[in-house]
Amino acid sequence: MGDRFESVQQVREGLKAVNYLADEGIAGVAFLADRLGKPVLVEGPAGTGKTQLAKSIAEATGSRLIRLQCYEGLDESKALYEWNYKKQLLRIQADKNSDSWTEVHDDIFSDEFLLTRPLLEAISADDPVVLLIDEVDRVEVETEALLLEILSEYQVSIPELGTITAKQIPMVFLTSNNTRELSEALKRRCLFLHVDYPSMEREKEIVLTKVPGVTDNLADQIARIVRSIRQLDLKKAPSVSETLDWARTLVLLGIESIDAQQAKETLHILLKYQTDIAKAAKELSVDK
Amino acid sequence: MLDLLNGFVAELRNAGLPVSLTENLDAMEAVQHIPIEDREAFKYALGATLVKNNSHWRSFETVFEVYFSLRGPEYKLKEGDETDLDEMWREMQEQMRQGDSKGQAGGSMDSLTPEEIAQMLMQALLNGDQALMRALARQAVQRFAGMEPGRPVGGTYYLYRTLRNLDLDGMLEKLMDQSRQDVGGELTPLEERLERDEYNDRIEQFKKEIESEIRRRLVADRGAEAMAKTLRKPLPEDVEFMHASRDEMQNLKKALGPLTRKLAARLARKRRHGRKGPLDFRNTVRHSLSYGGVPAEPKFKYPRPAKPELIVVADISGSVAAFARFTLMLVYAIQNQFSKVRSFVFIDGIDEVTEFFRTTEDVSEAVHRVNTEADVVWVDGHSDYGHAFEVFWERYGKDVGPKSTVLLLGDARNNYHASQAWVVKEIRQKARHVYWLNPEPKSYWNTGDSIVGEYGTHTDGVFEVRNLRQLEGFVEKLA
Repeated sequence: MGDRFESVQQVREGLKAVNYLADEGIAGVAFLADRLGKPVLVEGPAGTGKTQLAKSIAEATGSRLIRLQCYEGLDESKALYEWNYKKQLLRIQADKNSDSWTEVHDDIFSDEFLLTRPLLEAISADDPVVLLIDEVDRVEVETEALLLEILSEYQVSIPELGTITAKQIPMVFLTSNNTRELSEALKRRCLFLHVDYPSMEREKEIVLTKVPGVTDNLADQIARIVRSIRQLDLKKAPSVSETLDWARTLVLLGIESIDAQQAKETLHILLKYQTDIAKAAKELSVDK
Repeated sequence: MLDLLNGFVAELRNAGLPVSLTENLDAMEAVQHIPIEDREAFKYALGATLVKNNSHWRSFETVFEVYFSLRGPEYKLKEGDETDLDEMWREMQEQMRQGDSKGQAGGSMDSLTPEEIAQMLMQALLNGDQALMRALARQAVQRFAGMEPGRPVGGTYYLYRTLRNLDLDGMLEKLMDQSRQDVGGELTPLEERLERDEYNDRIEQFKKEIESEIRRRLVADRGAEAMAKTLRKPLPEDVEFMHASRDEMQNLKKALGPLTRKLAARLARKRRHGRKGPLDFRNTVRHSLSYGGVPAEPKFKYPRPAKPELIVVADISGSVAAFARFTLMLVYAIQNQFSKVRSFVFIDGIDEVTEFFRTTEDVSEAVHRVNTEADVVWVDGHSDYGHAFEVFWERYGKDVGPKSTVLLLGDARNNYHASQAWVVKEIRQKARHVYWLNPEPKSYWNTGDSIVGEYGTHTDGVFEVRNLRQLEGFVEKLA
């Protein structure tokens, strides 16, 4: 359907050009999403670049990013559309005398009085867009159903106006932190992509591209230490963004190669729980 | 192609993965856009369309590998791979020969001594040379596994034989020595640790290579269908606590983390979304301001149901230890859903272990302390539910109140001791609920020395909790 990308390889290169290093799986799924015209459900631990993927795809394809942040209590009027009732009231009051009822009635339910919300906006856009539905696991199961029509048919039905169909199929990314099982209906409509912590080599590459001024040697050390820490049984393993923060800190401190002492002193950037920090510090310094 | 994919989907379903019809259709469409020669991309295309749950990915990979490894020449996904490896192997060998200058030029493939192979393996691991590692894995399997066609032995047997001959643990030490030498002196503890992790990682990778090599050979011998059947592993949430192997235990532990997070989120949500309560006058007036003082939007108070107080009494004797451990871990991971959690463990004596969990945030450490420090043996260290319950009632009975929910965990195999079921009856009269969780299959209940029925009549319900799925279901009902 879409032809934003020629091949998997091109996806990778395009993403690399905007500083996102995709692995085989990520690039493959993004390519398929474009070809099949299907949304992608991106799942994985926090801070592994799920949201960034959508942003980078938008940047790589030169599309506008439309973002819908999900939260508990999200409803139709905030996700799809809403009638601008204040304007409608004004319209009715403005010419009380002149119009007949039917005219006013037809008039106030027209495009002019419709407030588009992210989902409708993505559908009705003329320019290429990437739609990001962030943290979809936060909405209730009932609200999930709102998404189904737009995800499978790329259309929105408004009772007063009829059905609005997409002019072009946007690329859609849904992210989930997996705090609850998403419904089968939603999963079935999406391609599934699990983004995990990157391999050591990829993490090193990421550090190298994202942190200016980092030496190859330091990046290598950082990636290796982070991998060792992730192997421990921690409450919260360090995410990629935390690795990057750590790398930036080390660069700012002017450290060229880390020793155990420096690692211990800066661990609090990588880990956010006191027990985790204590555990990691112990593990890194003790010679087993 | 169509038949091939259909067969694959059928195989996935056999392995317990839910694959719907639309997903099947998606997969068919997806593979049209992916060149089948690109094995990795092909795998990801199928994975993205067919597998919608990350914990199923491992099973998917296994099925994929077996199913597509040997499908006749027309479906061979890695054309030319084999010859490349063999070639490379020969080259390596030549180099070895020249380097050692033994003068045995033109030696055949198998003329290397085990020491030489070990030497090469060490080189490969030291440099992280993937191709060489793969070649060595082939060679090692061919040489050490002693595979005979048609022999009805599982892959693990061959794996064991191969690994025993390679002595990978010793290899790790040698590698560490080597890198110490390279640095020329002592490594700092940090460096030491990092190097060790690095080598461990490579050795793991090598083991995986060996495993897949063995699998490949087994498939060649017996055919993909037969192999798929023997390799079919239950999904982590279906593994039985009582019969889990060490590997499966590891997986279970890993699965427990996300599961408790999900469960906690779900319970918190459930608690918040109760029925509406009485009118919240203050809030209503506050919101009426935006309607010019007309209370157009009435607001209600949401009732906050009291959190139950939980008392866990668990048998931790050998047969059911794993089950008790998992239940304790799960309960403590979501303890903020309860107003208070107290836990007791017993074999034939009983001991309170609440303190272990209070002093540390790390649940697995607390469980470890439970296993090592709790004073649970009274006479001989065989389960005696009767005595344990009696002591519990004597010492802690007064703490059981109308708010508490009591969970009794165990298989109720009492070694023919007195049951003292009256304790359970007493507890039930004082407590809000009493539940019994039994890790044994229902069909084993009340056979032999199991007297779960006798205790069960005095509880509000006896539940079969054999795997994570059932445990999750029960806990959700509880809170």
